[in-house]
This record gives sequence, C-alpha cells and structure tokens, in this order.
Amino acid sequence: MSSAGTARLRILYFAWLRERVGTAEEEVEVPPGIATVADLVAWLKARGPGFAAAFTATKTIRCAVNQSFAGPEAPIATGDEVAFFPPVTGG
Amino acid sequence: MATIRVQAAAFDVGAEISALTAGRADVGGIGCFVGTVRNTAGGRTITAMTLEHYPGMTERAMAEIAAQAEQRFALLGCTLIHRVGRLEPGENIVLVLATSAHRAAALEATAFLIDWLKTGAPFWKKETFADGAAAWVAAREEDDAAAARWGGA
Repeated sequence: MSSAGTARLRILYFAWLRERVGTAEEEVEVPPGIATVADLVAWLKARGPGFAAAFTATKTIRCAVNQSFAGPEAPIATGDEVAFFPPVTGG
Repeated sequence: MATIRVQAAAFDVGAEISALTAGRADVGGIGCFVGTVRNTAGGRTITAMTLEHYPGMTERAMAEIAAQAEQRFALLGCTLIHRVGRLEPGENIVLVLATSAHRAAALEATAFLIDWLKTGAPFWKKETFADGAAAWVAAREEDDAAAARWGGA
C-alpha cells in the first residue's frame, strides 16, 4: 500500500530512452499531484541529468499506460505500468 | 484466430504457409510479405540490425490488429511473425500471411498488416554500421502516411 496521495508505478524505458536513463525498468513512488502522463514526465525530468537528457525532446517520446498507447493527458494511478519509448520502427 | 509470434529465431516461409493452409479447401489466395535486413541505410553499409520490443504489449497489439484485419478483409487466416535480437543483412525480420477466398482481400490485408506493424507495434531497430558505430532508426513520416491511408486502426 502506498501512503496517502502517493502512487506506486512500474516504469519501463525502451530504445534510446533506456540508454539515456540508464535503466530498463524501475518501481517508483511518486508524490501527490502526479495525476497524468505529462505530470509524470515533468517529475521524471527533475530526477537527474540522465532523465533530463532523455525527456528533453518530448515530441519524439511516446507513452503507453498499462500496455496501451496513451497521450500526455492520460490519467495514471497507483499500480499502473507506464512505458516511455521513441516512435516505433518495426516491420 | 491468427498466429502471432515474436521470436529470435528465423522463420521458414514455406512451413508457415503450409501450417496456415493445412486442411483448408476454402482458401483461394494467400497474401505474403517478408521483410528482410537491407545492407545499407542512407548510403552507409550496415553490418547488423538489432531489434528491441515491449514484451506483452507487442503480442497484445499484434493480436488486436490481426483480429481487425480478419474482420475487415473477411480473412480465413492470418500469421504475423516478428523477429527480435541481432540480425544480419539478408536475414528475414517480419512475416505477414493472410488467406482469403479471393486475391484482393488477401493482398489488401497483407498491405494493411505490414503498414500497421511499422507504425503501431512497439518494436525499435538499431543499426550497426561497418565502422562499428550504432544508431537507433528514426521513425519515417512515409510509414505514418502509409498506415493512415487505411483509416483509424
């Protein structure tokens, strides 16, 4: 259980985001007020130089919440799996 | 039900077609697309391509789009196989098979599926060049346009 107002999230990073952040996945407890993907990005950017570098070009970053593509306004809640990655290049 | 696989190993196109059509006398056409690793990018020689994906989301997204294609094009069957890991020029990367009673649906569904795979499935390619440098492949606007022509998928 997370304490009142905080949310516990599993965050995944792929491709060059993973390389810049320096980790593939982590469990984080975010403070109250982090209600959307955009809020989470702003919070992550303030965590250190690797995160700031990774999240500078937000136009080239895509997000999925619980394995579905999600925009900056998408809500996040405790227990969610949130993934950040560049535009996909499969096929 | 479509066959969906994400795997490191190479696939055998003939074996996959046989598996898709075994015991089916109602199939009139088989659409097939095989993507392979090209040995150049932007005039530079490539020695390897490494594919990363989002396990779980990838398979789910591929199954969703296959189900859409089966309904939209009245398919009798569908196979999507996408490789991950380190691949070398000439190796296959992706296989799309679509079977239908008539050729138009099979061919259209094959194009729809590969266009969508390029823009909607969470895979990322990294190219390694002859000088040892490596770079992530940037998404192409032409791919977005190709997927968009099918409407909201």
